[in-house]
Amino acid sequence: MFLSVLVLSGIGFLAAVILGIAAKVFYVKEDPRIKGIMDILPGANCGGCGFAGCSACAEAIVKDEAKVNACVLGQAEVANQIAEYLGMSPMSSEPQIACPDCQGGLRAAQKYDYSGFDDCRAAMLFYHGPLHCEHGCIGLGTCVKACMFGAITMGDDSLPQFNPDLCVGCGACVEACPKGIISLLSEKTKILHWNQNTECLAPCRQKCPAQINIPKYIQHIKRGEYAQALLTIKEKNPLPVSTGRVCPEPCALACRRKINDKPVGINYLKRFVADWEMNSGQRLPVPVAPSTGKKIAIIGSGPAGLTAAFFLKRLGHDVAIFEKRSGLGGMLRYGIPEYRLPKKILDWEIDGILELGINVTTNVEFGKDITMDILRAEEYDAVFLAVGAWNERELNIEGENIEGVCGGIDFLERFHSGENVSVGKHVIIVGGGNTALDAARSSLRLGAEKVSVVYRRSRDEMPANPAEIVAAEEEGIQFRFLSAPTRIVSEDAKVSGMEVQKMELGEPDDSGRRRPVPVEGSQEIIECDMIIGAIGQYPDLDFLKQEESPDLQVTKWNTIIASEDTLQTDMPSIFTGGDCFTGPGLMVEAVAAGRYAARSIHYYITEGEIPPIGNRQREFIPESLHKILIDVAYKPRIHEPNVTLEDRMGTFKEVEGTIDEEDALYEAGRCLNCGIFCYDRDEEARKLSEEQADASA
Amino acid sequence: MDLLLLAIGAIFVNNILLAQYLGNCPFCGVSKKLSTSIGMGVAVIFVTALASIFTWLVYYYILMPYDMVFLQTLAFILIIASLVQFVEIFLKKQSKALYNALGIYLPLITTNCAVMGIALLNIKQGFSFFEMIIFSVASAAGFALAIVLFAGLRERLMVSPVPQAMRGTAIALVTAGVMSLAFLGFYGMVQ
Repeated sequence: MFLSVLVLSGIGFLAAVILGIAAKVFYVKEDPRIKGIMDILPGANCGGCGFAGCSACAEAIVKDEAKVNACVLGQAEVANQIAEYLGMSPMSSEPQIACPDCQGGLRAAQKYDYSGFDDCRAAMLFYHGPLHCEHGCIGLGTCVKACMFGAITMGDDSLPQFNPDLCVGCGACVEACPKGIISLLSEKTKILHWNQNTECLAPCRQKCPAQINIPKYIQHIKRGEYAQALLTIKEKNPLPVSTGRVCPEPCALACRRKINDKPVGINYLKRFVADWEMNSGQRLPVPVAPSTGKKIAIIGSGPAGLTAAFFLKRLGHDVAIFEKRSGLGGMLRYGIPEYRLPKKILDWEIDGILELGINVTTNVEFGKDITMDILRAEEYDAVFLAVGAWNERELNIEGENIEGVCGGIDFLERFHSGENVSVGKHVIIVGGGNTALDAARSSLRLGAEKVSVVYRRSRDEMPANPAEIVAAEEEGIQFRFLSAPTRIVSEDAKVSGMEVQKMELGEPDDSGRRRPVPVEGSQEIIECDMIIGAIGQYPDLDFLKQEESPDLQVTKWNTIIASEDTLQTDMPSIFTGGDCFTGPGLMVEAVAAGRYAARSIHYYITEGEIPPIGNRQREFIPESLHKILIDVAYKPRIHEPNVTLEDRMGTFKEVEGTIDEEDALYEAGRCLNCGIFCYDRDEEARKLSEEQADASA
Repeated sequence: MDLLLLAIGAIFVNNILLAQYLGNCPFCGVSKKLSTSIGMGVAVIFVTALASIFTWLVYYYILMPYDMVFLQTLAFILIIASLVQFVEIFLKKQSKALYNALGIYLPLITTNCAVMGIALLNIKQGFSFFEMIIFSVASAAGFALAIVLFAGLRERLMVSPVPQAMRGTAIALVTAGVMSLAFLGFYGMVQ
């Protein structure tokens, strides 16, 4: 008896000693917080979080690979405790929620016949793959069953609907979906995401430089969910009020409805929801990540700078904007006239961005008042140069420096800065871009009796927005196409006329437009008392010549050289984008550049390296072009309300109006809700054609 | 030849899970996904082999000489529990990759009756050291085989139209019973 107790105790003692020694010898230094979090977690080892047990989950949380709400059993209470333990406020942790990628409208129900399966995965196993679409939802609702929190319901359209309030981001639906079209997304992921060839991208979404999820926001508008629609836009574009007014809609050029019909008025809809927020009296809150303590200086407050500031702030970085002029907005404020974008509205929009907590210093010039040394001394981690393209190309003809000749940007900037700008009786504008038309239409409103636009190519080659050209013609601006200025005629050192030469179109040049060739002996003189040249712009990079300025390389077009994939310049902590990198472009391209720069800067200051984007979508994905649209009935496009011609003259009242709610719902209903291969058909047209098919059979 | 028969007998005829019905807890708990069941199977093979060696040595070199075989069960529990703990500590330091792979399964096996059962069977059958190793590894391999097959079935079950009342563990136990009957077909192949 005694011996047996002794032996048993002996073995136990021996085991304890060995374990004790082993624990000492094989001690692995571990972050003590892992143990702390382990104690908070329920310890069920259920694996619901996607990690191998609670200890692995705790480790992932400490390493920031998992969110504090990773535990699916503990829910909010545990998440709060962990957040408290790690010293962050629970609100500051940005939740990941499940988002469906397929928008497939009525299609799922129409397309598939699943022979009695009740589970997507069973259907996949049986058919050894998807039936028609490589991307789309099968629509049997396996994700609905997989969700333990009732956050997913099956919508009327055979597509799952996700309730973000109930979603805890456990990822059970992601795992259950055999098509891989549900993903866990946080705001951060959405901001940093860039289009890839492997995604289901509607044509408009491929064409939009800012990569706004257009079908998604139009579907929201269709359902009357204006707030969600606007937040969808703001995932990619913080300036919907301005874009909704000045964007020439590259997206609409790709609209699939165009095959049978006029394109959807995408920008009308964007403007409608943007104005809906503005008129509602309160701003929709956008999530902002907790501060990372990193500082970024943004030089220039144009669309690129503002966009980068907005997204970098939302990613949790401290952003400071430095602006040379007294007002923010860059070309939006000093280039685009009041009748296209009222400054009061612009102020409201910019205020919304600044309210996130962005520091602004105006009237400081980079290279003079603020130098790289100062920024370095103030410990900025990165600098984003978005100084735009403000210098104007000269006409390079005789008499250019005579009084009465000025540049388009110069003219618009002086006028918008509040200077008293007087125009002549007959104003000639040289050029065919938006700046030329802005200067022309502004001169008309400032009291010019006659305004002519001289352009060396024909109307079809004009780079200005088509809508602007139409409006200018309506307002009585005269166009002289295929004419190039050759000499400025003066009288008493003042402009009295311009000699122009007729041109004809020759072979296409590099840009694909036909090159104008002068016709010999066709000179004539047009009388005028003011000439505005608006034939092109390039960046004003004089600040680079300052001694302390960074040593950046410049192209022959006077744009800054940077990597196309990262927007990083030769100096790793300096990034650039927008007009000063690409040369003058559209506002929406500057918005895109701002977000792209924000992505690069975010990775650069947090991880040191900027990961390349795999399969980055650059070209139009060819498969998405349909030749015909089946069962899509013609539905006329609405017209934006325009102010009458009488009301336009002499004032700078906004010319285009915002569509009303009824029109917005109608226009949203014209959207085919396209995927890459698919689109929604019109229900009535579909039924009709089915009946016809039945009748003929 | 005898050893081969011993191994085949342990894997198929006297399958630890399906013929003896030991280790039912992980059999139902960790068999929902093929990948986790494979991890569990490998971990069981690893631990069983180690545990069998240690318990065999303790039995024949400590308990037998001192005439204390009645302490067998108590001593084995102690040994297996501390051994698994030791292995966990050791792996964490020395082989992080193996630790991550076997990770959560090791503590689960501490209280696994299949491991204990095999250790006791080794003694009951009076195996020599070499036979003991073959038998232990083969039995654990039988466990792994059964749990992997079962996990495959359960993955299919998950997407099949099962009546509401039978979903989950209920249908799993029925399936396990049918599997057990199927394995009964090996009965008598090896004595």
